[in-house]
Amino acid sequence: MLHIHQLRAGIEGREILNGIDLEIKAGEVHAIMGPNGSGKSTLASVLAGKPNYEVLGGSVEFLGKDLLEMSPEQRAREGLFLAFQYPVEIPGLSTTNFIKTAVNETRKYRGEEPLDAVAFLRQMKEKMALVHIDQSLLSRSLNEGFSGGEKKRNEIFQMAMLQPRLAILDETDSGLDIDAIRIVANGVNKLRRKDNAVLLVTHYQRLLEYIVPDFVHVLYSGRIVRSGGKDLAHELEEKGYDFIRQEAGLAEEVKA
Amino acid sequence: MNSIDFFTHRFNTLQGSNGSNGLGQLRARAFQEFNRLGIPSGKNEEWKYTRIGPVFNKEFRMVPTPGDSSLSRTDVDRTLGLPGQKDATVLVFVNGFFSRSLSNFADSNLSVMSLEEAASGEAKQWVAEHLGQSSHYVKDGIQALNTAMLQGGLFLEVRKGVAPTRPVHVYHVADLRFGTNFSQPRILVRLGQEATLQLLEISGRLGDADQDNLSNQVIEIVVEKGAKLEHARIQNDGPRSSQVSTTHIRQVGASYAQSTLISLSGSILRNNVQVVFEAAACEAHLYGLYCLRGTTHVDNHTVVDNLKPQCFSNELFKGILDEGSTGVFNGKIFVRKDAQKTNAYQSNKNILLSDQATVNAKPQLEIFADDVKCSHGCTVGTLDEDALFYLRSRGLSPESARAQLLKAYAMDILEKISHEPIRQYVDRLISERLAIDAS
Repeated sequence: MLHIHQLRAGIEGREILNGIDLEIKAGEVHAIMGPNGSGKSTLASVLAGKPNYEVLGGSVEFLGKDLLEMSPEQRAREGLFLAFQYPVEIPGLSTTNFIKTAVNETRKYRGEEPLDAVAFLRQMKEKMALVHIDQSLLSRSLNEGFSGGEKKRNEIFQMAMLQPRLAILDETDSGLDIDAIRIVANGVNKLRRKDNAVLLVTHYQRLLEYIVPDFVHVLYSGRIVRSGGKDLAHELEEKGYDFIRQEAGLAEEVKA
Repeated sequence: MNSIDFFTHRFNTLQGSNGSNGLGQLRARAFQEFNRLGIPSGKNEEWKYTRIGPVFNKEFRMVPTPGDSSLSRTDVDRTLGLPGQKDATVLVFVNGFFSRSLSNFADSNLSVMSLEEAASGEAKQWVAEHLGQSSHYVKDGIQALNTAMLQGGLFLEVRKGVAPTRPVHVYHVADLRFGTNFSQPRILVRLGQEATLQLLEISGRLGDADQDNLSNQVIEIVVEKGAKLEHARIQNDGPRSSQVSTTHIRQVGASYAQSTLISLSGSILRNNVQVVFEAAACEAHLYGLYCLRGTTHVDNHTVVDNLKPQCFSNELFKGILDEGSTGVFNGKIFVRKDAQKTNAYQSNKNILLSDQATVNAKPQLEIFADDVKCSHGCTVGTLDEDALFYLRSRGLSPESARAQLLKAYAMDILEKISHEPIRQYVDRLISERLAIDAS
C-alpha cells in the first residue's frame, strides 16, 4: 500500500534523505531503526507532509495515489496517520471536540455520514478502554499538562478513533517506561487488521519486543542500508549501530 | 445645532426642572468640567488612534425624558432574548434611562432604585460621597458629559454579608424605531462587606438596522471589605453602534474584583476600565477579548492604581482581528509610594488574520515604590504553525484548523464568565464568528 521510490528530501538546504526505497504491504509491520541523525524523523515528517521539508526527488505512492501531491489533511483523510514524537499542547482546545471534528471531516471526505453525539460517545468509550485513557484526560485541553506517557497514549487513542490504513509511529517509545510501552503496544496490536499497516520509527529495540515487526530496516545517512526480519533488531541491539557504520563505510570504499 | 449647543440645551433643560437637589450640583460641576475638557481630538494622547469626535458630532436624537418609549417586555425579550434570563434579575435601560416597569427584580438580597431616589433617600449621604468619582483618570470631558446629564440612572446595593440569589443582568436597549439615538446610562453600585455580586451588562438595538446609535455609559462600583465582584460586559451591536464605556471599580477594603470585556462588533468602541486599590491586600483581574472584523475599532484603556500595599492585579487582553478591524490597548499601572509588595501583571496578546488589521499596544507603568513585582507583555502574531500542522495531520482542513485554534485561543477569557447560560451564549457567538460548526 505504500511504495517509496528513491525518495530524496531535506530541510533548510540540507539533504537528509538520500534515496529511500521502501515497500509496505497491507497487514505488515515494518520497523525503521537508525542512529540519531540518520533521517528517521525526517522520513516520518515528509510522509505526513510537514511544511518546510522539501522533496528533492523520487516518489511515494499510497493506496495507488501520489502521496506527495496531497496536502497534509488529504493524506490523513486518505488513511495516513502520524503518531508524533512530541505531540503539541493546545490549551483551550477540548480534546473531545477536536477528535469529533477530525473524525467527522474524515468521514465526510469518504462520503460517510458524520457521527452523531451518541454514536461518537459510544465509539470514544470503546477506544478509551483500548489505551487505558481516562475520561478526565479527554475533557481537558489537548495534551495540556499530560505526562509523556499520557501524550503517547492520546496519540494511539486518536489513531484508534480515525482508523487509518497506515500508521506511522515516530519514536513512540521515547521517554516511556516499560509499563507505558506495554500499554501503547497493546493498543497498537489490537488495532491491527488485514487491511492496515504500521511503520514504526524507533531508535531502540525495546518496543519491537511488544510490537513484533515483519520487516526491520536500518537507516543510515539518509539511506536504508540493511533490511531483514525481526532478528536484525536483535543483532543491532547486540552490536550497536557502529557495525552498521562500518558496513556502510566499507560499502562506500567499495563504491569508490 | 452642533453638539456643544445640543448638550448645553439639554443640560439647561434638565437643570431647569431638577437643578436644586444634590444631583443638580453634581451635574453643574460636571458640566463645567465638560466645557473645560471637551470631546477629545486626535491630539489627545489617549485618543490618538480613536477618532471619537466625529461620532459625537453626528446628529443623534436624544430621547428627552425617560418613559417616552412605548416598549413592552416582549420587545425587550425579542431584542435581547438572552438565555439564562429566567434565572437572572433583569434590569432594563431604554435609551439610557432605567425602566422599572420593564425590569424584573424580586430578590430581597438586592436593593434596586433610581439614582434620584437614592440621592434623596436613606443612602443620600453615601451617594453624595461616592457618585461622580470616575473621571479622575481621564483628561477628556466624556465621562463628565454623562455626569452632567445624569437622569434615570440606577443605584444597586448588596448589603453586608449577603449574596443575591441570582446573577444580575443589565440590558441597555436602544430603541431606534423613531430614529438614531444617543444615550447616557449611569449606574452606581455599592457592594457591602462580605457581599457578592455577579453583574453582566449587555446592550441591544431595536428597530432599524441602518440607524446609528451612540452610548456613553458610566458604571461606578464600590467594593467593600471581604466582598467579591464579578462583572462582565458584552458588546455586539453591529457596525452602526458606537460606545464609550467606563467601568470604574473602587476597592475600599481588602476584596476581590473581576471584570471581563467581550467585544465582538460595533463601529467605534472605547472602553475605560479603571480599578483603584484604596485598601491593602486587594485582588483584581481584568480580562478582555476582542474578536473583530469589518472596520470595527476597539480601544481598551485600563488603569490599575495601587494606592495601598500588597495588592495583586492581573490583566489579560486578547485580540483576534480580521479584515480591516483595528484595536488599541493601553494599560496603565500606577504603583504609588506606599504601595510596597504590589504584584501587578499585564498581558496583551493579538492575532492578526489579515494584512489590513492593525493593533496598537502601549503598556504604561509608573512605579514609585521600590519593593514591587510588575510585568507587562504584548505580542502580535499569527497562529502556531506546529499546532496548525498537528490539526491538519488529523484531517482538518486549513480553515477548520485555524478556526479551532482561534477558538482555543479565546477560551481562557471566555471561561471567566461564570454564569453558564451566558458563557454558552458567548461561546456560540464566537463559534459562529469563527465559522465553527457547532454540531
